[in-house]
Amino acid sequence: MTVEIRNQDFDPYQEVSAYQREVLQADGKYGATAVFVGSMRDFNEGDEIRAMTLEHYPEMTEQYLEKISREAKQRWDLIDSLIIHRVGDVSPNEPIVVVAVWSAHRAAAYEANRYLMEELKSRAPFWKKETLVQGSRWVEKNT
Amino acid sequence: MNMIGSLPPESQSNPDRRTMSIAVKFFASLREQVGKADTSVESQTVSSVQDVWELASGGRPMPANTLMAVNMDYVDANHPVVEGDEVAFFPPVTGG
Repeated sequence: MTVEIRNQDFDPYQEVSAYQREVLQADGKYGATAVFVGSMRDFNEGDEIRAMTLEHYPEMTEQYLEKISREAKQRWDLIDSLIIHRVGDVSPNEPIVVVAVWSAHRAAAYEANRYLMEELKSRAPFWKKETLVQGSRWVEKNT
Repeated sequence: MNMIGSLPPESQSNPDRRTMSIAVKFFASLREQVGKADTSVESQTVSSVQDVWELASGGRPMPANTLMAVNMDYVDANHPVVEGDEVAFFPPVTGG
């Protein structure tokens, strides 16, 4: 069960593969890996988005990501989970979040992955500010 | 002997006259509106998160969708505060 906040661009697929190889070390134990990657779009609510800044509440963010990871582990039969989330200045097409879940069978991995993403979006203290062609605006609510 | 009865009325709610120090944080659009990220409140009368907002924000009305945390756990505006607490105010979260 690992959570990380990153202030630089990262490759979510390399991260998942490295975690599996170097941390999880459970080859043969998991039959299912569910991976979700959220990336930055270059449009929102009909406007072109040039860039984005992600603000967070240090420590509370990590605490909430750890909390939802523990909740998922209590609800489903999981082997492990990994959440990495970007903060700082993000450009279109860069990943914002990766959530990976390992379990013996697919149902637990799929369901726990969805749960982690939905809880992250509604409870973890991150805020997006979009840079438009002219000016900038805070994203008011998550879709 | 009834000491409390002999004290002036304002002392009865805080008989030992302790000044509480509360750390306050504002994030995102609230940080910009209030004009500060970090501050602190020193008061003998503050008792709830709502009181902390009023002192720290300079008396401005709290936006209806404001989220609040005491020591990094979500609470509502009536939640009590004690010496040394960290109180944070922020808009709805938009991560992921």
